[in-house]
Amino acid sequence: MQYEAIIGLETHVQVKTASKMFCGCATDFGAPPNTQVCPVCLGYPGSLPVMNEEAVRKTILAGLMLGCDIARLCKWDRKNYFYPDMPKNYQISQYDMPLCRGGGVDIKLKDSREVRIGLTRIHLEEDVAKNSHFETTSGVDFNRAGLPLMEVVSEPEIKSPDEAFAYLTALKEILVSGGVSDCDMEKGQLRCDCNVSVRPVGQKEFGAKIEIKNMNTISGVRRALAYEIPRQIVALEKGEKISQETRRWDDAPGVTSVMRTKEYAHDYRYFPEPDLMPVVVSDAMLAQIRELLPELPEAKRQRFMQQYGLPEYDAGVLVTDAALAAYYEQAVRWSKNPKSISNWVTTELLGKLAEAKLTIAECPIAPPQLAELVTLIDGGQISGKIGKDVFAEMFTTGKSPSAIVKDKSLAQVSDTAAIEAFVDEAIAKNPKSVMDFKAGNQAAINFLKGQVMKLSKGKVNPQMAGEILLRKLRGS
Amino acid sequence: MSEKTSDIDISYVAYLARLGLTEAEAAQFSAQLKDILKAVEKLNELDVTNVEPTAHAVPLTNVLRKDEVQPSIASADVMRNAPQQARGLFIVPKIVEQG
Repeated sequence: MQYEAIIGLETHVQVKTASKMFCGCATDFGAPPNTQVCPVCLGYPGSLPVMNEEAVRKTILAGLMLGCDIARLCKWDRKNYFYPDMPKNYQISQYDMPLCRGGGVDIKLKDSREVRIGLTRIHLEEDVAKNSHFETTSGVDFNRAGLPLMEVVSEPEIKSPDEAFAYLTALKEILVSGGVSDCDMEKGQLRCDCNVSVRPVGQKEFGAKIEIKNMNTISGVRRALAYEIPRQIVALEKGEKISQETRRWDDAPGVTSVMRTKEYAHDYRYFPEPDLMPVVVSDAMLAQIRELLPELPEAKRQRFMQQYGLPEYDAGVLVTDAALAAYYEQAVRWSKNPKSISNWVTTELLGKLAEAKLTIAECPIAPPQLAELVTLIDGGQISGKIGKDVFAEMFTTGKSPSAIVKDKSLAQVSDTAAIEAFVDEAIAKNPKSVMDFKAGNQAAINFLKGQVMKLSKGKVNPQMAGEILLRKLRGS
Repeated sequence: MSEKTSDIDISYVAYLARLGLTEAEAAQFSAQLKDILKAVEKLNELDVTNVEPTAHAVPLTNVLRKDEVQPSIASADVMRNAPQQARGLFIVPKIVEQG
């Protein structure tokens, strides 16, 4: 029998704000435990939450980027449970009136078909404390408690581990490009739970839903699903009954195991949060947020290909990072050669940055300087080869290329008489190659040309050197 | 809107609140909770057809603050009520998921 998998993802994304969701504590990652806490995020009785405007705005921005309907009126609710990560025994979340509904994430499948994975909703809640476990005790750090957390819930429209991977990658790219979140998985800024079931192809009803928790990377989600789907199919084929349960993914052995069965499923008893007033999203607020809408990565990729005549590969590399794309566009503004700028950015610049462990924001070469380097090469003032040396010098010193060329006398020699002198010298020093050329060995000219470049320390205009060399060899 | 007060599953309610009840307590609270629900049911006598549901008595919306960092409280104060602590962490009995 043929089976199909049905997957829905719940993705928690930390919204990028300076202060927490309901109090003014800082959100810096990596601070010593329990140093960014106060009575509100510690859940002390009598403390009152006050909502962070920026978290609301960024969640709306995410909703606009993902094509959601933005609720004009939304409210917050208490989700009740007992767990040491939340001492007030409820998490402030949104139950029946979330900020965003609908929308979708476009993904490209392996056969390059594009499909849209629909979204059910996006709501805004508070993150909980982080637990660490020791031999006989557990430790709780409340620095993370109260960070604004967006939950993006997909429709059960994902059909394979690869589609889940593509969905999360695209979602992450979009949220990063809009500055909604850094989505740094190592810092736990993007976390994902999967709901997955299988059913015989053609069957209408869904199979029993299994929830998988504890996946810390996008590739971990793919691996967990690649394990879980065949596991369920094998069980069904053996005639076993699959019942609703929550399973935990263990990355090292690469297996899922039961965490809790249905009878222990939480009963959250949501009710409206009396400490928070509803939020009304006005036309003015929406219009203001709409102005912040960045170009989506896919649209930017298309535009880079059209506007700058870049191949798909170049455009793809440049738009993966909004800051890199911005750097490129600034450089292009000063140049007439967008393709050459792209070559420098995607190869030399990214290489050097990786080597020096710097981000594009910390790049020592300003965009106009890179453009100037390309102009020097295109104008024949320096050769492409010397250009690489100048680039390396620019990267270490931050000096402008023209200053470096001047200081080190690297300017390309385009003066006919000077080039002729080098050509004459090369011919005089290599009589055998000259003979070979005259005997019909065309390749010998390349050797001679190399000698001219070497004698001039790479400074003569290679094209002119080639022309003069050919003229002299034929003429004499 | 005229649901009859159903029997209360007192042991489930006690479980949700993490309360251990004796049989006598269970019977006592069961009866009290029933009375409370009966009292609340009086609201069903009102016609609320044209009334929007709300969780608040005051028609106030958008109580928001700017995204500005305020000082947190001192570590010594944070830990003052901790039953146990180590390396800046609250130490609790080992957390084990049910299942």
